[in-house]
Amino acid sequence: MNNHFLTARFLKLFNCSAAAVLLGTLALTSNVQAADDDTLTIAYNVTLPSWDPTVGLSAVNPTIQSIYKTVFDQYIDQNPDLSFKPGLLTDWGWSDDKSTISMTVREGAFWHDGSPVTVDDVMWSLQRAGNPETGNPIQFVWGKIGEMSAEGNKITAKMEGYDPSLFPWMAFLTAYIMPKDYFEKVGVDGFEKAPMGSGPYMLDAFERDSFIRLKRFDKYWGDKPEFETVIFKFVTDASSRVAEIESGSSDITIEVPYEQYDRLAEIEGINGVTTPVSDIGMIFINDVGVMEDPNVRKAAAHAINKNAIVERLLRGYGVPIDTLQAPEYMAYDASITVAYDPELSIKLLAESGYSKDNPVKFKIQTTRGFKPKDYEMVQAIVGMWRKVGIEAEIEVYEIAKHYELRATDTLAPAAFYNWGNSIGDPSTSTGFAMFGPSPHSTWDTDDVDGMIGPLWGESDEAKRIDGWKAVDAHIAENAYVIPLLQYVQPILFRDGINVTPHVANFVLPQLVTR
Amino acid sequence: MSAGHILQRLLLVIPTLLGVSVVIFVLLRVVPGNPIAMMTPPGASAEDVQQLKALYGLDKGVVEQYMIWLGGVARGDLGVSISLRQNVGELILGRLPATLELALIATLIASSLCLLFALIGSYHPRGLLSKLVDTLASAIQAVPDFMWGLMFIFFLGVIWPLFPISGRINPRIEHNFSTQFYLFESLLTLNGPMIVELLRHMFLPSMALALPMAGIVTRLLKTSLSETLKQEYVTMARARGFSRWHILLKEALRNALIPTLALGGVQLTFLLGGTVLVERIFGYPGIGNMAITAVIQRDLPLIQGLVLTFAVLFIVINLLVDLLYSKLNPRVQH
Repeated sequence: MNNHFLTARFLKLFNCSAAAVLLGTLALTSNVQAADDDTLTIAYNVTLPSWDPTVGLSAVNPTIQSIYKTVFDQYIDQNPDLSFKPGLLTDWGWSDDKSTISMTVREGAFWHDGSPVTVDDVMWSLQRAGNPETGNPIQFVWGKIGEMSAEGNKITAKMEGYDPSLFPWMAFLTAYIMPKDYFEKVGVDGFEKAPMGSGPYMLDAFERDSFIRLKRFDKYWGDKPEFETVIFKFVTDASSRVAEIESGSSDITIEVPYEQYDRLAEIEGINGVTTPVSDIGMIFINDVGVMEDPNVRKAAAHAINKNAIVERLLRGYGVPIDTLQAPEYMAYDASITVAYDPELSIKLLAESGYSKDNPVKFKIQTTRGFKPKDYEMVQAIVGMWRKVGIEAEIEVYEIAKHYELRATDTLAPAAFYNWGNSIGDPSTSTGFAMFGPSPHSTWDTDDVDGMIGPLWGESDEAKRIDGWKAVDAHIAENAYVIPLLQYVQPILFRDGINVTPHVANFVLPQLVTR
Repeated sequence: MSAGHILQRLLLVIPTLLGVSVVIFVLLRVVPGNPIAMMTPPGASAEDVQQLKALYGLDKGVVEQYMIWLGGVARGDLGVSISLRQNVGELILGRLPATLELALIATLIASSLCLLFALIGSYHPRGLLSKLVDTLASAIQAVPDFMWGLMFIFFLGVIWPLFPISGRINPRIEHNFSTQFYLFESLLTLNGPMIVELLRHMFLPSMALALPMAGIVTRLLKTSLSETLKQEYVTMARARGFSRWHILLKEALRNALIPTLALGGVQLTFLLGGTVLVERIFGYPGIGNMAITAVIQRDLPLIQGLVLTFAVLFIVINLLVDLLYSKLNPRVQH
C-alpha cells in the first residue's frame, strides 16, 4: 500500500506539474502581435543612455539622435534629403561683416508641460552648450557664440570669428533646445528621471535598457504625427530584431544583416526600404612607415575593387565612393575618381621595388561586427592587395581601442573605420578627418593642412565649396585616405505603414504614416 | 556553521573585494580604449579633450584616481556613470532586482528539472529511462545558454510565437510599481495578471539560463543518488520492504543532495555570469545587459561598480551555499 501510495503521490505531483505547464502554455498563447492602429512599435538597435541630448557620450552618438529628435526640437531641422529647414529657429544668418549672427525664435512653440518656448530658453541653451563645465562635447562650436541680446523674438549674438559651418551645426549633434526654467528647477538628476522637450512626442514611460513609450504632443507646432503612441523597444541584438519584426512584435526595425533583410522583405506582410545614408566606410592611412611612399598608397587604393565588395559582400547595399563626400553632401564632386586598376598598382609598386615575390608589408586594423561586414571587407581587400604585391596583416580591435589610437595618432598604417556626417558639410567630413590638428585625423601633412586651413573661415560659400572639392581631388590623387563606400540603411516594416527613410540615418516616428 | 565562523567569513569579504577592486581598476586602465576618446568629436582641440578628462576625473594618476574612488566606495558612493550621467549605485540598484528575479526563476526551473530528471533516471538505474535521462542531460548541458536563447527566440518567438522575445514587461501596460522587484511586488499584492505578464517575459530567458545548469546538476545528482543507493542503510530499507519511491525520496535524496549542493552553488554563479549574454539577447533590463553596454562604452565607474556587485553576489551565494551545506551535512555541523 505504502509503495503504491508513494508512487501515486509522485505521479500525481508530476501530472499536476505537467498540467500546470500545459495550462500555462495555453494561457500564454495570447502573445501580443502586431501593433494596433494607433501605436507604433520600433525595435531599435541601441539603448538610450541619457535624456540630456547635449552632454556626455550619448550626445555624440549619431544612432541615438532619432530618439532625441522625436522628443526635443533642434535650432534648425533637416529634410530627409539632408536639406535644412526651420526648427525652433525660423530665420537665421550672419551679419554682412560676419561679426554677429541673428536668429529668430519660432512663436507658438510649447514645452511638453504646456508653457511656451521662449527666447530665454534658446539663449540659455546656447550659453549652456558653450560652457565647458557642462561637459558638452561640441563646446568648441558653441563656445564661439559670444554675448547675446534679444529684441522681441530675435536674438543677436556676437561671434569670435566667422564659421561657415555654425548654422549646419545647429541641426547636428547637441544642437537641442532645453527648457531653462524646468531644468533649473529639477536639476540634472530630475531631468534624467522626467525629461521635457518641445518635440512632436513627449515621454510617457521609460524603462531603462528596455523601452521608451511616447505620447503624441498635441500642442506641437509642426505637422501632427500619425500615431498617438510610439514605443522604442531596445533590442540590441540583430538576430532578436529580426525575430521582433518576423513575429509581428514590432512594426519597424533597422540595422538587420543584409541577408536577413533580403529574406524578410520577401515575406508577405513585411516590407523593406533601403536608402544610402550619411555614413561612409573608409580606410584611414597613417603617415608612418611604408605609407610615406606615395607609390604604396596609390597602389593600395587602385587595387581595391569597390564594386565587387559592394556586390558580393554587401549584396548590392552600398555605393562605391572615391572621396569622403557622399553624393548628398554639399561638396560632392562626381568627377573625382580613383580607378580600380590592379595593373597600375603592380607598376607603381615595381617603381618602389616591390612585387608579388617581394611584397610590401604593413598592418591593417579593423573592427569585427561593428559595421556590416567590416572584417569580411578587410579580408577581401587584403586578398586584392595580395594579388598586386601587398601583404597586409589584419589586426582586429574593439571600437574603443580605435578611438584611443586615433586620438593619439597611433593607428596602424591602415585602419578601417566609418565616418558619419549627417549635415553633409565638407568641414565635418574631409575637414575633421584630414586636417592635421584635428584629434581625429591620421594623415598629417602640410600640403593638406595648407589647403584646408583657409577654408575654415571662408565666407564666400561658392569659393568654400570649390576649395573643399580641390582638397578632395588632391587627397584622392595622393591616396591620403581610401574611401570605400557609402552605407545603405535597411529598414523593415509591416504592411499598412509607410516609412520615409532619412539620409541622415534617422528613423523618425513623425515621418511614419499609415 | 557557527556564528564565529560566519563572522570570520564576512570579515574575509573585505580583503576579497579590495583585491577585486584593485584588479579591475588597474585592468580597465591598462586595456586600450577610454571613454574620453570615444566622446571626443571631430574638431575638438587638445584643450577640449583635457577639459573633458578633468570633468570626469581622468586627468589624475591611476593611484590617485583609485584612492578617490575607494574613498567614495567606503562612503557608499560608487561614483557617477560617464555614459549615463547618474549615480552608479542608484543605477545598479535599479537594475539588480531584474537580474535577481530572473536568476531566481532560472534557478527554480533548473532545480525542478534536475530533481525530476534525476529521480526518474534513478528509479530504474539500468533502464531505458535512465539512459534517456543521461543522454538528455548531456545534450542540454552541451548547448550554451545564449544558444538556447537564440533557439527559443526562433522556435517559441517566431515560428510558434507563444512568448514575448524581448523586455521585462509589455511596453503597452501601465504599471505603478513602488520597487524594482516587479515579480515579488506582484506576488505580494496578488496581482495575478501582472504575475502572468512578468513570468511570460521571463520564461524564455530563464529557460535559456536554466537548461545548461539543469543538465550538469542532473548528472551529478543522478550519480550521487546512484552512490547513495549502494549504501548499507538503503539496503536495510529495501529489506524492510520500503518502495523504490520511498527509498529515493525519503532515504537517499537528502544524502545525495549534499555533494550536489556544493556544485549547484558553483553553477549558480555561472548562471549569474550567463545573464550578461542572455539579458542582451532578450533585451532584458538587468545588470548583465548594462554590463555589456558599459564595457562597449568604456564607462569606467559603471564597470567598476558592476564588477564589485557581481563579486558581492558571488560571495553571498557561496556563503549561503556553505550555510545550507552545513545544515544538510551533520559532519560539517560538528
